[in-house]
Amino acid sequence: MRRKSVSYAKYGYIFSAPFILAFLIFSLYPIIFTAVIGFTDLKGMGKTDFKFLENPFQNFVTIFKNPSFQVSLSNTAIIWIINFIPQILLALLLTAWFTSTRHKIKGQGLFKVLFYMPNIITAATIAILFNSLFGYPMSPMNDILQKLGLIDAPVNFMLQKWTTRNIISFIQFWQWYGYTMIVLISGVLGINPELFEAAEIDGASRSQTFFYITLPCLRTILLFTLVTSLIGGLNMFDIPRLLNLGGPDNATLTTSVFIYNQAFSGSYLYNRAAAASMIMFVVIAILSALLFYAMRDKYAAKIKKLEKKAQRRTAV
Amino acid sequence: MSKRKTDVSKYTMKVVIYVVCIFLSILSILPFWIMLMNATRGTFDIQQSAISLIPGNKLMDNFAILAGKTFNPIKGFLNSFIISSGATIATVYFSALTAYALVAYDWRMRKPFFTFIMAVLMIPAQVSGIGFYQFMYRLQWTNSFLPLILPAIAAPATVFFMRQYLLATLSMDIVNSARIDGAGEFYTFNAIILPIAKPAIATQAIFSFVGSWNNLFMPLILLTDNSKYTMPIMVSLLRGDIYKTEYGSIYLGLSLTVLPLFAIYFMLSKYIIAGVALGSIKE
Repeated sequence: MRRKSVSYAKYGYIFSAPFILAFLIFSLYPIIFTAVIGFTDLKGMGKTDFKFLENPFQNFVTIFKNPSFQVSLSNTAIIWIINFIPQILLALLLTAWFTSTRHKIKGQGLFKVLFYMPNIITAATIAILFNSLFGYPMSPMNDILQKLGLIDAPVNFMLQKWTTRNIISFIQFWQWYGYTMIVLISGVLGINPELFEAAEIDGASRSQTFFYITLPCLRTILLFTLVTSLIGGLNMFDIPRLLNLGGPDNATLTTSVFIYNQAFSGSYLYNRAAAASMIMFVVIAILSALLFYAMRDKYAAKIKKLEKKAQRRTAV
Repeated sequence: MSKRKTDVSKYTMKVVIYVVCIFLSILSILPFWIMLMNATRGTFDIQQSAISLIPGNKLMDNFAILAGKTFNPIKGFLNSFIISSGATIATVYFSALTAYALVAYDWRMRKPFFTFIMAVLMIPAQVSGIGFYQFMYRLQWTNSFLPLILPAIAAPATVFFMRQYLLATLSMDIVNSARIDGAGEFYTFNAIILPIAKPAIATQAIFSFVGSWNNLFMPLILLTDNSKYTMPIMVSLLRGDIYKTEYGSIYLGLSLTVLPLFAIYFMLSKYIIAGVALGSIKE
């Protein structure tokens, strides 16, 4: 007698059904709905009825021409770059130090805990805290600078464009370098130790080992850090919104704050905000796809070159 | 001779490394330290000197001023706690279930479904905020906690993490022997798989809870009723004119919002750091 084998395949569908349902209702449908609203005249507080515009791309044209939107794009880019470059450099430096077999740094556990700490604290709280630390006329920062004799009278930092931008970049840097460092360290620990041993036997210097072995091996993780940081940067909301409401004079207006202001203040332009959201969505999709391909091809070519060189050397 | 030279440079380098690390540690602590100390100092003390490394004695006065206005830390705490707990339970339970579906069963859509999860991993919730708000407004679900909890059922990143974990730890022999004993599939998941996945669930629960607790954007657009405000919205009130010169109270309000996070962090930092390191290996 042959026993009939039971097929359990249907449970694959049953068990993933809640996820799929929740995704369709709460993620996919809102994305499509946002795209649709971008082509309509939906505006005004509490309004829900809309009709499609005669020129369907009217909102997109208006948004692109909107000076505030243009400013918000450049602000977002500026704030992200000022934060990311020092962040990745410091994270790489700390990674090199903490994984060095030469120095054997003690207390790494404690340092990691402290460096990562700002990351889990509510961004809203940090924004208001820095607003207080840099307050006017009385604040810890004004106090320090006056006691050091660097300024004579209290400075209103929140009226200075570049100071406010730099404060936001600094907060982003300060909240994220610890995270990036932990990610990079785990990447280095995942590299095959034989590679380092081989490099040592071949007489490679420490900087050669770092640039020719560690960095190329970290490329996927570096790419991951870059892409997630970029997407996070494009969605920066809590800190620019609460530190100084996007001011002074729109100097810290990021795209997310711009979208929020369009939709939930003034004349409640849901349609324009939706159009801007879709532009951001496309930018995010293109950036991550571009980066993935660019980095992959570049490094694939480089590795091939190295392999050829190695072959040639062994042939000689 | 040259040996001694390298020893000296090695030693100098080590000193530099420790100095930098200690400086960065102070940089992490100092803003919060100033905040906690100023939370116990009166407006007058703070005006005399805005930085103090030791506490004052005006904690109760500050609390009275703080609680006398719109800022209601207990309400905010409770609301945030309900939302974050609900979202965390939804995320870890359904992510584990979905991950189990991806690991244990051989179904036709398994591969495409996993590719799909990878593809949507990066989509931030903010880009669909307008459509989400309009959708919830039509359902009259604004000022409800449901739109902040139910979407947590679909958490692609958590599914991804749980799948990697189950792939590494789950042996199908256990599942098969449960089947022979007559256990139903759903029972097997709840009674056998969940306990196996406990370490992964714990890590993901921490990140899910903290993420939900810190979220400002969605609650801000959905909750307009004072009594429904979450902690981050309460915090944003501290910026307004009502507390203008009540420096001590502002610092106290800020401190109250972060104390639960500090407590969680210092109890679980070992697991959190390990979780960050694990979550990054996306190969």
